[in-house]
Amino acid sequence: MSDSTATVALGAAGEARALRFYDSGGHHPENGTLLGFWLYLMSDTLVFACLFAAYGVLGRNYAGGPSGADLFSLPLVAVNTSLLLLSSITYGFVVIEMQRKRQGATLAWLALTGLLGAGFVGIELHEFAHLIHEGNGPQRSAFLSSFFTLVGTHGLHVTFGIVWLLTLMAQVARHGLIAANRRRLMCLSMFWHFLDVIWIGVFTFVYLMGALQ
Amino acid sequence: MSALDTDPASAAGHGTEEELDHDTLHITVGGYVTGFVLAVVLTTIPFWLVMAKVFPNPTVTTFVILGFAIVQIYVHMVFFLHMTSKAEGGWTWMSLIFTLVLVVITLSGSLWITYNLKANMMLPSPEQMRNMP
Repeated sequence: MSDSTATVALGAAGEARALRFYDSGGHHPENGTLLGFWLYLMSDTLVFACLFAAYGVLGRNYAGGPSGADLFSLPLVAVNTSLLLLSSITYGFVVIEMQRKRQGATLAWLALTGLLGAGFVGIELHEFAHLIHEGNGPQRSAFLSSFFTLVGTHGLHVTFGIVWLLTLMAQVARHGLIAANRRRLMCLSMFWHFLDVIWIGVFTFVYLMGALQ
Repeated sequence: MSALDTDPASAAGHGTEEELDHDTLHITVGGYVTGFVLAVVLTTIPFWLVMAKVFPNPTVTTFVILGFAIVQIYVHMVFFLHMTSKAEGGWTWMSLIFTLVLVVITLSGSLWITYNLKANMMLPSPEQMRNMP
């Protein structure tokens, strides 16, 4: 394990310093941030697992109120799903352009991703407002409580993803595609694609299976 | 700490420029486009199955769309999140497996217990319901 560079650099500095180098220059995990962020996403997965479990347990308790088949508008959900899916591929192009070190294109794709995300949140808020207006708010039944909690938590994640995205656009516009910004963009990439993965569970488990009843 | 700061090997260890480029090398346009096309197909089919009521039996449809969801989640993991068993020295893979085990326990455990609870509970009759305090 002798490192010739280190030995040469230290030169005649003495054995004590050389020993200290081997002691403290221990193995540093590469890209610790990305691994740490991945672990955060895994813990977030557990949050969603609990919300899915709550919906699975309570989702058929209508308290005499409407069921999913009465309430859900599948065409609207299909539009929402395609918006989120499109935003996934546009974020893919953000990463591609970031690798090519093209700042303008990166910012343009980021803006498009943000717009698609905003469209998703807008449609979801429209759906929620409509449900609450009709008297089918979260307090109506256990089914609607768990529905609003699960879908609302996902929507909140997307909302904060958009806030993060805008922050990064300002950062990239100001400081360029420096290493720190590229690391942040990679973290947001993981976050954004992760939300799309959760949405697959939501539209299958909540909307499609709810409309089947 | 001064010995560390002047050490060239230690300073190079934090060269995130090379690290990041190395890590993102395998990301290609083709990968994203393949993933996107697969995702669109895997989304469209379940929606079509439900909206056009292709199968007369809802239970069949439920299991088919659950199957599509699992495949699509896998596609997203591979093509969008770039999951491999080698990334980060295998730690992302290990943590994913661990999380999936917990997710399966949480979901199946909750559903199983509540199903048994409902099956074994004596539900009140409409008569009793009406006379409830």
